[in-house]
Amino acid sequence: MTGFAALMARDLRLVWRRPADVAVVLAFFVVATVLFPLGIGPEANVLARIAAGVLWCAALFAALLSLDRLFAADHEDGTLDLLLLAPWPLELAVLAKCAAHWIVTGLPLAVLAPLLGVAFGLEAPSLAALGVTLLVGTPTLSLVGGLAAALTLGARRSGALLALLALPLCVPTLIFGASAVGTIADGMGGGEGFATHLAILAALALVSLATLPWAIAAALRQAGE
Amino acid sequence: MTKLLEVAGLACRRGGRPVFDRLSFSLAEGELLVLTGPNGSGKSTLLRALALLVPAEAGTIQWRGANIGADREAWRAALGWLGDLDGLKGDLTLRENLLVAERLRGSEPAAARIDAALATFELVPLARRAVRTLSAGQRRRAALARLVAAGASLWLLDEPLNALDASSQVAMRGVLERHLAAGGLAIAATHAPLGIAGARTLELRP
Repeated sequence: MTGFAALMARDLRLVWRRPADVAVVLAFFVVATVLFPLGIGPEANVLARIAAGVLWCAALFAALLSLDRLFAADHEDGTLDLLLLAPWPLELAVLAKCAAHWIVTGLPLAVLAPLLGVAFGLEAPSLAALGVTLLVGTPTLSLVGGLAAALTLGARRSGALLALLALPLCVPTLIFGASAVGTIADGMGGGEGFATHLAILAALALVSLATLPWAIAAALRQAGE
Repeated sequence: MTKLLEVAGLACRRGGRPVFDRLSFSLAEGELLVLTGPNGSGKSTLLRALALLVPAEAGTIQWRGANIGADREAWRAALGWLGDLDGLKGDLTLRENLLVAERLRGSEPAAARIDAALATFELVPLARRAVRTLSAGQRRRAALARLVAAGASLWLLDEPLNALDASSQVAMRGVLERHLAAGGLAIAATHAPLGIAGARTLELRP
């Protein structure tokens, strides 16, 4: 566990030394979201209808924006070799890095989204639902994005390629995340519909957690050759 | 003398082209193997193959009589790595870099060993500086200090004297001699002569 904790602490400390990197991602999330009411117009019922989808999409883009440096920085300065050479499983190292990424992007996005939801005229239950779905769904984004980041390591235009790879894989999470909030907003099915969607969202996160670290580690070994 | 490391028939391919083929050598306690050869002759690839970073196409690598594939983690724990990249984080201080590197090797860092390694390469005054503010030579010294602090038994060194000034080269030689005298092993790819008595040489051809 020494290595796992040390790697997570290192990545968090690196973010702490350069807070602008995270600030840019969160600022992008806010700006991208706020553009929708400006573009669509002030009809309250329209905005409330699209709020969940817009916020989820913007969170997805923001998460992807921050992912292209996840392994690239380590690849460039040679610390990735040290991780590959560490006498403990690379899968755990991958998990530590994705966990640190989630703490500095997924978590703040989940906190920020309900605040922005107010601007869309969402009611309190929907705001809470939005925060909860993002909390459960963003770990999947960190892991899926981590796989895309590992696969595109060293490629030219890796940022665009990363988005192209990761976005389709994030579609299930997006659908269930946004529609879970929708069930609350519609008031149909009540808590039961929400619980079902949330359970599927959690299942997606758990499946990603159980499989993707191995895939990411394999991709990193390839990149190390 | 018993051979600790035995490499037999090692072959490697990169991008479909063979880099080296049927390479065999062995190393005993306290021995240094210097890899020479022109650019592109596969010195770095050989080091990466030994570290299992690049898969070997054929051949066996044995460490203490056992195939290294059998227990990769024990093999990695025995390795000290100095690659062509320094493996330092620019936004961390020099000391933090060494502490993190030790923990990433899975062991709680011993402050005394890190201080000694920093002192060897005259890095103590720089220990609290962010690595991105250091010069290339200072960063190389920091990478060497990390290698020394790790206390591994087999060192794999890629151009260890790169970017070092004269006094640091002397320090590096001293460190390498002490490592060998203590029964350590080392394989170094280098263009500049290391100036270590009794070193064996393996010349690679492109």
